[in-house]
Amino acid sequence: MMLFAFLAQTLRIAMPYLFASAGGVVSERTGLIALTLEGYMLIAAFCAAIGSHFGGSPWVGVIAGMAGGAVAALLYGLCCIRYRANQVVVGIAINLFAIGITRFLLRLTFDSSSNSPRVGGFTESGTGFTALIQNPLVWAGVLALPTVGWIMYRTPFGLRMRAVGEHPAAALSVGVPVQRIRWYAVALSGALAGLGGAYLALDQHQFTDQMTAGRGFIALAATIFGRWDPPRVAIACVAFAAAETLQIQLQGAQLIPSQFVEMIPYVLTIVALAGVVARAVPPASLGRVTE
Amino acid sequence: MNRAKLEEALLPPVVALLVAVIVGDVLIISFGQSPAAVYRQLLEGTWGNAYGLGQVLYKATTLTFTGLSVAYALRAGLFNIGAESQLAAGGFAAAFVGLALPAGIPALIVLPVYVLAAGLAGGIVGGIPGALKAKFGAHEVITTIMLNFIVLALLNYLISARFKVHDTLHTAEIRSGALPRLADFSGPFHGSAANLVLLLALVLAAVVWWFLFRTRPGFELRAVGLQPEAAEYGGVSVGGVWWRAMAVSGAIAGIGGLNYVLGYKHYYEEGFGAGAGFLGIAVALVGRNHPVGVVIAAILFGTLSQGGLAVNALVPKQMVDVLQAVVIIAMATAVPEVRRALLSVRGAGRGARGAKPPQDARVPLPASRVPRVPQ
Repeated sequence: MMLFAFLAQTLRIAMPYLFASAGGVVSERTGLIALTLEGYMLIAAFCAAIGSHFGGSPWVGVIAGMAGGAVAALLYGLCCIRYRANQVVVGIAINLFAIGITRFLLRLTFDSSSNSPRVGGFTESGTGFTALIQNPLVWAGVLALPTVGWIMYRTPFGLRMRAVGEHPAAALSVGVPVQRIRWYAVALSGALAGLGGAYLALDQHQFTDQMTAGRGFIALAATIFGRWDPPRVAIACVAFAAAETLQIQLQGAQLIPSQFVEMIPYVLTIVALAGVVARAVPPASLGRVTE
Repeated sequence: MNRAKLEEALLPPVVALLVAVIVGDVLIISFGQSPAAVYRQLLEGTWGNAYGLGQVLYKATTLTFTGLSVAYALRAGLFNIGAESQLAAGGFAAAFVGLALPAGIPALIVLPVYVLAAGLAGGIVGGIPGALKAKFGAHEVITTIMLNFIVLALLNYLISARFKVHDTLHTAEIRSGALPRLADFSGPFHGSAANLVLLLALVLAAVVWWFLFRTRPGFELRAVGLQPEAAEYGGVSVGGVWWRAMAVSGAIAGIGGLNYVLGYKHYYEEGFGAGAGFLGIAVALVGRNHPVGVVIAAILFGTLSQGGLAVNALVPKQMVDVLQAVVIIAMATAVPEVRRALLSVRGAGRGARGAKPPQDARVPLPASRVPRVPQ
C-alpha cells in the first residue's frame, strides 16, 4: 500500500512535467527555445478554470486550456518566427506577460487577487490510485511523450521537424516548408503545455495566482536533462517527481531540508549541460531562426 | 552618433511604447475606466509629487544596477538571466556582513566593505555560468536560469534555518553603514525609499561606460560580443572574456542589493529580488545596452512599477505588469524589424536618386555576420 501511494503521488506530481516537457521537446527540436513553457501553462491553467466554470464541464476546460496554451505559443511564434525577435527576450517576457494577464483577468472575472472559485474537475476529490486512473488527463499525460516520440521518429512530419531543428538551410533546400513546420511545432508545444496547465487547474479544482510555481522550468530542465529524447525526458520527469514525492513523504523525518530537494532538477541540468557525465548537446539551430 | 544610428536607437522604444499604450487602453476600457483618467493618475502618482518621485527613483536605482548587469554581459554577447539571484546573493552578503560589523562605524568607511561583499557574492553567482560557458560551452541562458532557482532555494534555506528573526522571514538589522535617504535632505520626500545608493548607481553607470568605450579590455569585450571568432583571431582570449564578463555582470547586479539593505529596510528578506532581475533584461533592451540608455530605461520602468500602485484604485495594478511585458515583447520584435525597414528605405532612397551605392552600401549582413544579440 505504501508503494502504491508513493507511485500514485509521483505520477500526480509528474503529470504537468510530462505534458509540458512533451511541448518542450517539440519546440526545441524545431529550433525554438522553450523558456515559455511556464507562461503557456499558467495561461492554460487560467483558461481551463474559466472553461470549466462557465462551460460547466471539465472537457470544456481541457479544450480552453489547450487553446490558451496554443494562443500564447502563437504569440511567441509571431515574434520569433515571423519577426525573428530574440527568443530569450521574448520568452522571458511571455512568462512575465502570463503572470500579469492572469492576475488582471482574475480580478476582472472573479474580482479576486488570489484564486478562482471552485471549478469542476474529472474526479471529485482524493489523491489515491483510483482517483488517478479515473482521470482521463492522466492517461493523456502518460501517452504525451510516447506520442511525441512516435511523431518525431516514425512520421514524415517528425522527420521534417528534426531536419528543421538540426539544419534549416538543408531542409529548405530540399523543399521542406521550414517556417510552416515551425508554426505547427510551436502551436503543438503550446497545446501540449496547455494540457499540463489544464491538469493543474482541474486537479486542484481552481486557478490560483502563479499556480504553476516554476513547473514550466522543471519541465524545461527535464527536456534538457533527457537530452531532447522523449523516452529519456519521460524518465527525467518521473525521477524529478519521485524526488519531490520522497521529500513530501519524509517531511516529518527532516532528513534533508526541502530547499535542497527543490534544487535537484536544476543541479542535474547544469551538470548535464557541462557534460560531466554525458554531455547534453542541444539541437543545432536552437535559438536561431534565420531562414 | 549620426542621424541614422540615432533613428535606429530611438524608433523601437517609441514603437514599443505606442503598442503598450494601445494594449493599456484595451485593458483599462475592459475594466470600465477612462484611459485618460488612469494615465493622468499614473503620472500624478509618480512624477506629480515628491513622495511618488522618490519611490520612482528608489525602484529605478535597483533597475539601473540589474539593467547595467544585463547590458554589460550582452555587450560580450552573453545573456545573463541570473540577475535576480545575483541581486539576492549580493543583498544577503551585505546583510550578513552588516550583522558581523560592530555598531557605529561611519557609513563612508564601511561602504567599500559592503560593496566588496555584495559584489563578490553576485560575482560568484554570475561567474559560475561564465566559467561553465568558457570551459564546457554550457549555454549561459539555461545555466543562469537554473542557478536562479538553486541560489534562491539556498538563500531561503539559510534564512529559514539560520538567520531569520523569530516569526519573520528576514534577518536582523545591520548595525552600521545605513545610508541616508533623500528625505533626510529634503522634507517633501518623506516616506519614500530613495536613498544615496542612487549616486552609487550613477557612478557605476559612468564607470561601465568608461570601461566599455574607453579602455582596451572594454574594446576586447565588445569585439567578442560582436564576433567571437574574429576576436579570437585578433588575439583575444574569448573564454577569458566570457567568464570575466559574467562575473562582473553578476557583481554589478549584486551591488544592486545594497539599495534595499543599506538604504531602505536594513535587512535581507525572503523574496528579495521581487522581479527586479528579470526587469533588468527589459531595461537593458530598451536602453539599447548603453549605460545612458539603461539609466533612462530604468527610470521609465521604475515609473511604470510605481504607477501601478498609483492607479490601483481605478484598475488592478497588475495592468502595469502586463504593460511591462508588452513593452519588452514589442521592443524585441521592433528592433530587428526597424533595422530592416530602415535599411530598405535607405536603399530605395539611393536608388531613386539614381546614385551608385557606395562600396560599403548597407546591405543586410549574411546571417553568419549578424550579431546574435540586438545591440
